[in-house]
Amino acid sequence: MSSKGTVNVSEKGPTALERFINGVLPENPIYRQLLGMCPTLAVTNAMKPAVTMAAATAFVLICSNIMVSLLRGLLKPHLRILVFTLTIATFVTIADRFLAAYVYEMSKQLGPYVPLIIVNCLIISRAEICASKQHLGVAISDGIGMSFGFGLGLATIATVRELLGSGTWMGLHVMPAGWPNWGIMVLPPGAFITLGLLLAVAEHATRRRAATAIWRTVRMLWSWRH
Amino acid sequence: METLTGLVVILIGAALINNFVLHYFVGICPFLGVSRRVDTAFGMGCAVTFVISISTLLNWAFTYFLLRPGAPLPAWVWQSLGGSAQRQIDLSVLSYIIYIFVIASSVQFVEMYVRRFFPPLYKSFGVFLPLITTNCAILFASLEVLKHMQDPADLWGLPQALALALGGGIGFTLAISLMAGIREELDLCDVPRALRGAGIALIVAGIMAMAFMGFAGVEKGVETALSSFLR
Repeated sequence: MSSKGTVNVSEKGPTALERFINGVLPENPIYRQLLGMCPTLAVTNAMKPAVTMAAATAFVLICSNIMVSLLRGLLKPHLRILVFTLTIATFVTIADRFLAAYVYEMSKQLGPYVPLIIVNCLIISRAEICASKQHLGVAISDGIGMSFGFGLGLATIATVRELLGSGTWMGLHVMPAGWPNWGIMVLPPGAFITLGLLLAVAEHATRRRAATAIWRTVRMLWSWRH
Repeated sequence: METLTGLVVILIGAALINNFVLHYFVGICPFLGVSRRVDTAFGMGCAVTFVISISTLLNWAFTYFLLRPGAPLPAWVWQSLGGSAQRQIDLSVLSYIIYIFVIASSVQFVEMYVRRFFPPLYKSFGVFLPLITTNCAILFASLEVLKHMQDPADLWGLPQALALALGGGIGFTLAISLMAGIREELDLCDVPRALRGAGIALIVAGIMAMAFMGFAGVEKGVETALSSFLR
């Protein structure tokens, strides 16, 4: 539940659109807040399970945000976490049964990671930080933005791992013929190393952008003075 | 003696071969968050091992008597209400809700009990206890047990479930303590700026996972050695 990113909430609270944009990049759950690491590492050895997992998480996150936002007047402080967890567990059961009924093979492949959505810190932290304090519209747009950002994070890691590890993307052959598959990339160590390197890339890119922005401002001020 | 060998294989499998953190990726949040110093990491590991054993014990009982297909309790209720004995009752759809409820409440009770009766212990690892509710490793152990409770002919008993929980807890403690030891040394190193913090920790974890892949197949040797020793 500990979130590394801080939420830039002004006194009035951000609007729905700001909440949505916030979830996608500035507070990306994977790259900026390091939330929900367990599915991030476990199901990203190929694109298809990653997309399924992102969809299931999005369903649970949006539904639980709606539910918690509707219940926010009734929440008692000491029972709050229990209510959140049981709400999430209900929606996870629905998602799990749905996957088992319609995409059985994928449900088999994801195995225990679908029920483990219950303890995904991302969902409970959104319920705590946003949904239990905001109106329905804001909570829904926050849920959509956060799940979009989460899906984006999963998709980038899965793309790298599937391309290098099996030379395919969504099951289609992409890499040139004779590509030596990096077997380690689809195994557990590949997950840790890919995520570590991608975190560094994200960190570097944002710092570079910040540096460029500062440089531009300095140059603008300088040209304005002359 | 076969059961004993089976238990040891389950324990070693959960602790080393399929380490909870480095193979199944459960419990990554404390693995990255509470691994700055060896003593706190070890405390966290002990707390997790303790809670994982208690909650798996409770969840095994719920699964055995209530949730698994053909469990005795719902069958009894069904038949005393006049249902036919041929019909098998399967309540496993409720398992996730019951598991998380049991885990959350057992963490709460353990916290209250430790605070009341062992204040020094509470001071050393009580702060981690609320965090443990959202630790995937606890729920994962119960889910693994559930996986082995589906077939009425081949059920896991309480010893197997406890071996898995204990092995998982020991494996978690091992991984987080090793990680903390490496990170204490890393503090003195010149790490590239973009990798500082979680980035380098994840890469170290990747190398540790590679090392732990070397344990694959150990269970065969342990099995033969134990069965020849016990015979």
